[in-house]
Amino acid sequence: MTTPAIELRNVSKRFGSVIALNDVSIAVNPGEVHCLLGDNGAGKSTLIKILSGVHRPSDGQILLSGEPVVFRSPRDATDAGVATVFQDLGLIPLMSIARNFFLGREPEKGIFPFRRFDLDHANKIARQALIDVGIQVRDPSQAVGTLSGGERQSVAIARAIHFGAKVLILDEPTSALGVHQAAMVLKFVIEARLRGLAVIFITHNISHAFPVADKFTLLNRGTSKGTYAKSDITREEVVRIMSGGEDMAAVEREIEDLLEKAR
Amino acid sequence: MTDAPTPPPAAAAQGRAPEITRKSLDRPDERVAKASAFTRLMRRPEAGVVLGLIATFLVFAVLPGAASLYSLQGAMTFLTLSAELGILAAAVALLIIAGEFDLSIGSMVGFAGIVIGLLVTQLAWPLWASIGAAFAVAVLVGYLNGYITVKTRLPSFIVTLASLFILRGLSIGITRAVTGRTQIPYILDNPPDPWTAAIFNGHVLTGLFQWMGTQGWIATKGDGMPFVPGIPMSIVWWIAVTCLAGWVLTQTKFGNWIYASGGDATVARNVGVPVARVKITLFIVTAVAATLLATIQVMEAGSADTVRGTQKEFEAIIAAVIGGVLLTGGYGTVLGAAFGALIFGLVQMGIFYTGIDTDWFKVFLGLVILAAVLVNNYGRARALGERVES
Repeated sequence: MTTPAIELRNVSKRFGSVIALNDVSIAVNPGEVHCLLGDNGAGKSTLIKILSGVHRPSDGQILLSGEPVVFRSPRDATDAGVATVFQDLGLIPLMSIARNFFLGREPEKGIFPFRRFDLDHANKIARQALIDVGIQVRDPSQAVGTLSGGERQSVAIARAIHFGAKVLILDEPTSALGVHQAAMVLKFVIEARLRGLAVIFITHNISHAFPVADKFTLLNRGTSKGTYAKSDITREEVVRIMSGGEDMAAVEREIEDLLEKAR
Repeated sequence: MTDAPTPPPAAAAQGRAPEITRKSLDRPDERVAKASAFTRLMRRPEAGVVLGLIATFLVFAVLPGAASLYSLQGAMTFLTLSAELGILAAAVALLIIAGEFDLSIGSMVGFAGIVIGLLVTQLAWPLWASIGAAFAVAVLVGYLNGYITVKTRLPSFIVTLASLFILRGLSIGITRAVTGRTQIPYILDNPPDPWTAAIFNGHVLTGLFQWMGTQGWIATKGDGMPFVPGIPMSIVWWIAVTCLAGWVLTQTKFGNWIYASGGDATVARNVGVPVARVKITLFIVTAVAATLLATIQVMEAGSADTVRGTQKEFEAIIAAVIGGVLLTGGYGTVLGAAFGALIFGLVQMGIFYTGIDTDWFKVFLGLVILAAVLVNNYGRARALGERVES
């Protein structure tokens, strides 16, 4: 049996009297796409924040390739190879693509006291890394704020890959994207998997989740309702889980009734 | 890079699928008009201030009485004014870009002067040691400003407003308690230390200016010495500080961190930028810049005064903002702040030379601040590529 690239063991998180996560366990193997499902408020965000070092668990353990680790900061997590692409992307709009790409890990040249940020190198690498993920930027020194949502997403993903992530966490990466760009991101998720990365993928969109995922874990009101391999679960069942247990067929019938009345 | 693929001929014939222009990695985006060199220049943060500077030059060129502003002597006078403000503005620009304010630098100018004055006259410290002590005090004050701001997460506006009053109060209180007065004269006299004084109040290129005087190129006094003996050290310091600050901001890792700290502190922290350290360092830098200005002024005047530097904090912020530094942080340049200081000195002396009541200077300042902030907002929108009608 392979050692999971990342594993949460019996993790709980409390914020004061609120129990955001209760005794959740999840393991993701290298080369596996693990889809995290759950309605709003299920605890997905808290779980991601624990994995990415923003929060520390109240109870339980994080294991990286079998070794227990403690992330004191998001930087701790990225240094350990756990890269998270958040919905707000972790990019600074007023700064250039290359400056954002290397923020906190600036390549330098020259000797002290003339050590300086090697911007030419940064521009070149950032440009290449973006071409690798399929977007062509006009100029890597242009502000990130000038990019579209999909392009920003690609910058964030390209950065995570470039800095050698072993675990890639994508928090609703396709929610703000056009059809073509969403397909690009999915293709990218599969490529990451083929490279042996463990991918944790959060989405509300079943047609994005189902094709790429190997496993699904269902969260409901802060607790895990189990992990299923794709072969053990139907698309309809996943939809039911994602909608928080609501019977979508019933909702659709209701809508049709309303439309009927309106005529 | 391969050559751009030639697009297939347009699908004019009916019954065919609509022609889609595909995205390509090999050719530029056809939806973006190529920006001309001029447009790119105008998108720089300093664009507004450079236009403002040119306009100011022209206005004073046609106003009666201001001609002497453009003589060598007149130029040195306004450049000295600009230099003294510019030293502060360079440091303040870095701090504002990092997302913080320092309202205490004006009081720090006064306080540093008092430290030098008291140590020399009361404790008989050598001049160089007193100046060194003043810089040490500045590092401490800057550190405290920064530490309190970072730890309490209070707006630096409030924290440094407190230090503004504390430092000014200390200056006056200590000086009056020790000397019974609010000024400290005769700082340079016993014993004289011309070498140290010259670092802050000398002139450079004196040989060149003398030679230009003998050639009859510049005005000379009766004894053949030029009216302007050389370039004052304050201007040299201004240029040095501006170049250093500009280099750090645009060319170093620390500069990248400055932009990030002001652009989005949370994002910066998450990717590992030591935001607290960056901010505390910059509070130290502003206090040290204030002390540099205080030293220059004490060496110039030979005395210290408890009210020195009053309102300099606002003038420095104004210079930075005129220079295109965004008040909300994350955007701007040191060069812009230098241009801002230049406009400031030019207008101040220009109004003096034209004989306009100097009371109007403040009205002018207020209007310029308003205009500058509006221009900056526009500039920021342009930098983000927002669709500004043009």
